[in-house]
Amino acid sequence: MTDTTPVFHLEPEVLLAYSAGSLDEANSVLTATHLALCPRCRHEVARLDAVGGILTTQLAPTALASDALTAVLARLDEVPSPVEDKVAAAIDDETRHWVPEPLRHYIGTSLSALPWKRRGFAIHELPLSLGAGSVRASLIRTGGGAALPAHSHDGVETTLVLRGAFRDDSGRYARGDVSTATSADDHRPVADPDDECLCFSVIDGSLRLTGRFGRLLNPFIRI
Amino acid sequence: MEQPSPPETAAACHEDLLEAIAIRGDRAAFAELFGHFAPRLKSYLLRLGADAATAEEVVQESMLTVWRKAASFDRRQAGAGTWIFTITRNKRIDRLRRERRPEYDPNDPALIPNRPEDADQTVWSTQIEARMRVAIDNLPPEQSDLIRRAYFEELSHREIAERSGLPLGTVKSRIRLAMQRLRERIDGLD
Ligand SMILES: [Zn+2]
Repeated sequence: MTDTTPVFHLEPEVLLAYSAGSLDEANSVLTATHLALCPRCRHEVARLDAVGGILTTQLAPTALASDALTAVLARLDEVPSPVEDKVAAAIDDETRHWVPEPLRHYIGTSLSALPWKRRGFAIHELPLSLGAGSVRASLIRTGGGAALPAHSHDGVETTLVLRGAFRDDSGRYARGDVSTATSADDHRPVADPDDECLCFSVIDGSLRLTGRFGRLLNPFIRI
Repeated sequence: MEQPSPPETAAACHEDLLEAIAIRGDRAAFAELFGHFAPRLKSYLLRLGADAATAEEVVQESMLTVWRKAASFDRRQAGAGTWIFTITRNKRIDRLRRERRPEYDPNDPALIPNRPEDADQTVWSTQIEARMRVAIDNLPPEQSDLIRRAYFEELSHREIAERSGLPLGTVKSRIRLAMQRLRERIDGLD
């Protein structure tokens, strides 16, 4: 693995929404995991957080209850309940290597121990339940050289590459890169031949699959 | 930077207060921070739709976290206002949206570190914060409005476009222009 930094980044509006705290949980997991792999976006988010801090402290103050400070002072010596981290030990080195936090914590186990679902030739998917609504999040694993399902969707699909690489008509996406596709795109991603490809994908809104593999996959997709 | 240091402002000493809490559990320092930030955090939570009682509770929980986590505050990474804002933002997500706030772990071995040329780049200083305040004040109104709506109305750029009747592309490009302007001003490229 090389520590090259990503070429394809999250859209600026997504970083803003992450900093503002308005991004849904699934897209926030994807964003934070990209940040682990991308010094440039980390710097951008630090700058945005500073904007949020300045704007918030510029707000006109609202009086608190008269005993608010006394109430908090009385709690300063409370011992907070310890946060247990019981999943950590169960995750193998391969998973620690390829899946950065916070996604690793959400997966909670080793990649090899996950109940992958077969989605056609050399494609496996693991749906993750991350937040509610019309957002669909999953891990997608393909063998080297395999064609990923081609999507044509009403919403936005954001894909973060964790291992290997894929290529479509918009470029080559390797570890840390983010591909954002909308209904206007109908990409035909193909994994690089020399390594398997592992991606984390979040789809906003409903999704319709097209193409040879798409038709094959459609019956499996929960919409 | 060749710019003269700004005069010691109130903002400069909030960082000292946080360090006083971290180093010696200074309750007077905590009370002073509380007096400054808590009423503003309450306004922030009310702006985002919390009722008064919930806002009050989230402020108290946030300030308690400020006390407990003061040792992890690093003034080279963020100013006191920024650090306290992020704590309250996360508490709000936790409490009002009932979702977790996912964040990267700076100590994760899988994290790709900053490039050597950025390694000792200061992300925060009183000078940077002063430049940032000026940059925010000087944003064109239509850009500054969008940034404020993102932070205080919990609207995505799509929702802002729907509600304001502006084309999505216009909203996106205004947000991008605002971020570019802030970046140029703050990183001293102007
Ligand atoms: Zn990036």
